Amino acid sequence: MSDPNGSPSPPATSSVFTTGTRIRVHESPAGAMTESTPDQPVSVASASAGVSDGEDADRAYESVITTRDLSVFYGSYQAVREVDMNFGKNRITAMIGPSGCGKSTVLRCFNRMNDLIAGARVEGTITYHGQDVYAPDVDTIEVRRRVGMVFQKPNPFPKSIYDNVAYGPRVNGWKVQSMDDVVEEALTRAALWDEVKDKLKESALALSGGQQQRLCIARCIAVQPDVILMDEPCASLDPIATSKIEDLMRELADDYTIIIVTHNMQQAARVSDRTAFFTADVDDDGVRHGRLVEMDWTKKIFTNPSDPRTEGYISGRFG
Amino acid sequence: MSAPPSTLVDKHAVAAGAEGFLRQQRARNGEKAVFVVLLLAALVSVATTVGIVISLFVPAFQFFDEVPITDFLFGANWSPTFANPQFGVWPLIVGTLLITVIASTVALPLGLGSAVYLSEYAKDRERRALKPALEVLAGIPTVIYGFFALTLVTPLLRWIIPGDGEVPQIYNALSAGLVMGIMIIPTIASLSEDAMSAVPSGLRQGAFALGSNRRQVSTRVVVPAALSGITAAFVLGISRAIGETMIVVMAAGLQPNTSWNPLEIHQTMTAFIAATAAGDIATGTVVYKTIFAVGALLFVMTFVMNMISIRLVRKYREVYE
Ligand SMILES: Nc1ncnc2c1ncn2[C@@H]1O[C@H](COP(=O)(O)OP(=O)(O)O)[C@@H](O)[C@H]1O
Ligand SMILES: [Mg+2]
Repeated sequence: MSDPNGSPSPPATSSVFTTGTRIRVHESPAGAMTESTPDQPVSVASASAGVSDGEDADRAYESVITTRDLSVFYGSYQAVREVDMNFGKNRITAMIGPSGCGKSTVLRCFNRMNDLIAGARVEGTITYHGQDVYAPDVDTIEVRRRVGMVFQKPNPFPKSIYDNVAYGPRVNGWKVQSMDDVVEEALTRAALWDEVKDKLKESALALSGGQQQRLCIARCIAVQPDVILMDEPCASLDPIATSKIEDLMRELADDYTIIIVTHNMQQAARVSDRTAFFTADVDDDGVRHGRLVEMDWTKKIFTNPSDPRTEGYISGRFG
Repeated sequence: MSAPPSTLVDKHAVAAGAEGFLRQQRARNGEKAVFVVLLLAALVSVATTVGIVISLFVPAFQFFDEVPITDFLFGANWSPTFANPQFGVWPLIVGTLLITVIASTVALPLGLGSAVYLSEYAKDRERRALKPALEVLAGIPTVIYGFFALTLVTPLLRWIIPGDGEVPQIYNALSAGLVMGIMIIPTIASLSEDAMSAVPSGLRQGAFALGSNRRQVSTRVVVPAALSGITAAFVLGISRAIGETMIVVMAAGLQPNTSWNPLEIHQTMTAFIAATAAGDIATGTVVYKTIFAVGALLFVMTFVMNMISIRLVRKYREVYE
């Protein structure tokens, strides 16, 4: 099953699927910036990155995605205002904050899913490995192959488990040596293989909610992304399924850069390396706009935040 | 917050004190009347269906007392009104199938294409303008389409297709089939579009997020998920084509023909029924009963097609919830 429009083979890493060793992430595009400090001067976080906390000091901090003065509009409504952030390679970054403060909106910019919403518009810059994600010559399909997404409500296709995982490689037109191996490996990485290996041809919709969500993660992994965006991936799951996904995220962080939006403060504290706290400000005209309050190492955000609003929110929630 | 209004509290207090306060307190005759009226409404349509089936099949069975059913089904000559009548229905089946196939060839791809465009490609504004336009198209009386076939499409075909003056004939299956296809496009497009818009947008987003382009989202995710609705649209469209009468009477002609050449004159089952019922034939004669035999066959064919498509849908559809 190949697609005439697609590229002939998976980028650079096809062999890993056939040898059965672990999936490597994409090579950074040529000319990508790989400095060992965040390339973004503004945030408090970058000052402390790898320095003050000593946490992760052994690993160099490398930004994969950086935003500068990012504002997002829906029509004339400015949902998010001037956000500066950066997301470290192979780190899990959590975005927390009250409902409606624009976390999902920001997340959808990173793989340009906002393009699908009529009237949505982005100002400021987002770079991915130094490349402007919103540059005119950027192909959204290329962006989405590298920046995958897992949604709040598990959305497996009404196809077999196998076909769900094979979907991405197929639409991308990859000539893989063995689709079976790709499927097995992706499901294994998503910690689902043992549960489904005997029923790959059965409908994905027969799985439980937690299994469906892990299938969606497997489906995402099968296109070998570099970054995985997760928008409240556990919001519709029970605590056991949630903890499975959290364990999985920790494992995936070895190979992927993960950005997760969550309502669950404990979850952010448990899984993430870094945390961005958003809130909604009311401007002079009484309109609410989402804003980034601060972004820092998770440990610091939860023990010693710089901004009193962060402290208020966290202590309120932990109560 | 002050105390709640006392009238509300009192009513319950009184009721709760009284003996048997949980019994029905007031007569509710309105309820019963509504139930009866609705039941009657439902029964009317059921009764009508039963009535049609009986009035169709009883004379049809009487017909088969006089003409062996094998002669009817397998005979290749259809001339019930001749002095030496022949009752082989095959030529009418050929005409019907030929025209239905032509119509489907036109209408299925174009109807599905329009539906995919409307549901997956069109902007909101376009969709809001085009969908009602389609539905208006679906309401044009078929006699208009028949006229369109006869006065525009047929001359055009005769001009385009080089014949030796023999074909295309003035009345031909191709013209009727093409126009009938155009006639059922709106039905197919509109119903398919309904089915596709009902596919949850989460599936589309999931597909886009995996790097699909719009065509892949449409053909690999949305259409398969909407397959049962799309098939229903196809079946309804084809049923309309099989049952359509006016266009075929006007454009395909009234002469039974066993040739599969679409450029020749053909009579369909419906055209035969219409022409014969409009002619002057005596009630109770064999010719009269022929109408019912052909009608019953039409009924059975449509019914079988529906059953097959229901089976197919059960087997191949992707249930999304
Ligand atoms: N598709 C949309 N069209 C218009 N406004 C939207 C849309 N999605 C979100 N918004 C608005 O943008 C703001 C931020 O929403 P969202 O990003 O969903 O917040 P969060 O994920 O933090 O709860 C909200 O005020 C919301 O009403
Ligand atoms: Mg959200």
